[in-house]
Amino acid sequence: MKKSGIIGGIFAALLIGGGVAAFAVTWRPAISAIDPPRSQTFDTAVIKHGRRLAALGNCNNCHTVRGGKNFAGGLPVPTPFGTIYSSNITPDAETGIGRWSEEAFQRAMRFGVDREGRHLYPTFPYDHFTNVSDDDDRALYAYLMTREPVHAAARENQLSFPLNQRFVVAGWKLLFLRRGALRTDPNKSAEWNRGAYLVEGLAHCGACHTPRNALGAERVNARFAGCDVDDWKAYAINAQSPSPVPWDADALYAYLRDGFHPDHGTARGPMAEVVSNLSAVPSDDVRAIAIYMADVFGAPSPERKRQGEAALAQARSSPAAAAAADSQGAALYAAACAGCHESGRPPPYGGVSLALSTTISGPDPRNLANIVLAGIRPVEGERSPIMPGFAASMSDAQIAALLNYLRSRFSAQPAWTDVDGIVAEARRTQTAFLQTTAGARNAPADPSQRDKP
Amino acid sequence: MMTLKVNGQDHQIDAEPDTPLLYVLRDDLKLNAAKFGCGLGQCGSCTVIVDGKAVLSCVTPMLLLAGKQVTTLEGLGTVAEPAPIQRAFMEEQAAQCGYCIAGMMMRAQALLQRNPKPTDEQIRAELAPHLCRCGTHMRILRAVHRASRLMDTAELSDKRSAQ
Repeated sequence: MKKSGIIGGIFAALLIGGGVAAFAVTWRPAISAIDPPRSQTFDTAVIKHGRRLAALGNCNNCHTVRGGKNFAGGLPVPTPFGTIYSSNITPDAETGIGRWSEEAFQRAMRFGVDREGRHLYPTFPYDHFTNVSDDDDRALYAYLMTREPVHAAARENQLSFPLNQRFVVAGWKLLFLRRGALRTDPNKSAEWNRGAYLVEGLAHCGACHTPRNALGAERVNARFAGCDVDDWKAYAINAQSPSPVPWDADALYAYLRDGFHPDHGTARGPMAEVVSNLSAVPSDDVRAIAIYMADVFGAPSPERKRQGEAALAQARSSPAAAAAADSQGAALYAAACAGCHESGRPPPYGGVSLALSTTISGPDPRNLANIVLAGIRPVEGERSPIMPGFAASMSDAQIAALLNYLRSRFSAQPAWTDVDGIVAEARRTQTAFLQTTAGARNAPADPSQRDKP
Repeated sequence: MMTLKVNGQDHQIDAEPDTPLLYVLRDDLKLNAAKFGCGLGQCGSCTVIVDGKAVLSCVTPMLLLAGKQVTTLEGLGTVAEPAPIQRAFMEEQAAQCGYCIAGMMMRAQALLQRNPKPTDEQIRAELAPHLCRCGTHMRILRAVHRASRLMDTAELSDKRSAQ
């Protein structure tokens, strides 16, 4: 038996033993089924509030597959333990949550248990949602129960024994689910406290930005320290942030509102969907998130401040170096990138100054490879950043040379390792993504709908 | 000087490495099917095929074309003998002003070369980067399906004549 097998065996035994004990503690009964409530029974103001909350919670991001019906579930969520499929949260009686009472919905948000009393896997971030208030749960329920019911049966999770036994989740909850841990801090402003409530609760920022431990729970002593998510790097958003210019509350607010900040760059990948959803959220809430997160980032050290000023100076300086195309990467940059990125034109007609790009100063080149390959598609109906992709015209070797050059020219950080491997992997997932994409995601974040329930 | 292979022919081109392929095609080689639309790689009207892949020629510098095969719409067929994709677009009357159509045809051609029987969804996803202000989208969709059928029969008749 291999070492990993023995460890796995001990691990499994612990899980099962702990699970049985935990099950006894965390067991919850079924809540009786109801007839799906008619939409007229809900107050429109509450539904409208729920719509904003659902956008804040980014619910559609996991509960909607590309080209599929909103909230009908079925999105595969890859985890180190196997693949878990998101559930149907439309009010369909058979396959959705149509027979769930408000009590059952609230219990699922708080304790990660479905109406029948079965434990839900923590890919549903109830470790955060447990902090959501009664009123907000009620509004979310009203919003979801008034959506179009979609008949779509849940897909079978691909988990191996013992993780396919839901009672082991009970053990996880005993270890990591802390209800009531979030308390108002009287020494901080109301805005800060509102931001804490949103970030640590419904917005569940840490679900992507905090690294996870061996059991898949967020590491308490590495909060917001960055993590790999869905083939993208979710950067550290604390003191370890790789951003050349330190973030502050105003910059965070502008970035979360517009998806772009001239001193930082563009929200891409899963974060683009978050920002798109935030466009439907009142500006006060976005401001509160920015204020709380600015505190998480912390005030920059003098050294960090100096680096930020140096980066801003480099960004403003004349683009003479582009002419000196002395390596393959430099020649590629001069021919394919400088035309926009050193144009001085305002976005979206000109590109962000690369000296300010978090992507280029980041711990690995994954996000940069993704963007060079696929470009940045415009957001429908909005003024948004754009960039053409170079997957069809640049080889992996050319992209790797370009990435290495960008790192050496625009970042003070040491060279990346395994750039070739990461570029090849980015192209592989990119191709797979294009082959399985049926069209643009049907996100309910249409700005023209902001005032409608 | 660099050699650029376009529609099967070698051309000696005197251009800077950052010159967009589109400028060389239109200004130096007088191949005017590919159009200048936005110059930012966002509208699709400049699309040509490079080594079998649809490429936006307005943002593809000459530096990236060494040793590669460029195909423009002129390389697919002629007025007297249109290629299946061109015949299909004419038969479906898919062009109104026509500015976007050359680019649409080139990307559709690249799609059909790697996937001879695309679904509606696949065609829509593939042509998503192309803008058409006239609104002939439904005809364009039909034209790509028709081209797919035409290419099928063309292959069959080729096989027959070969036998």
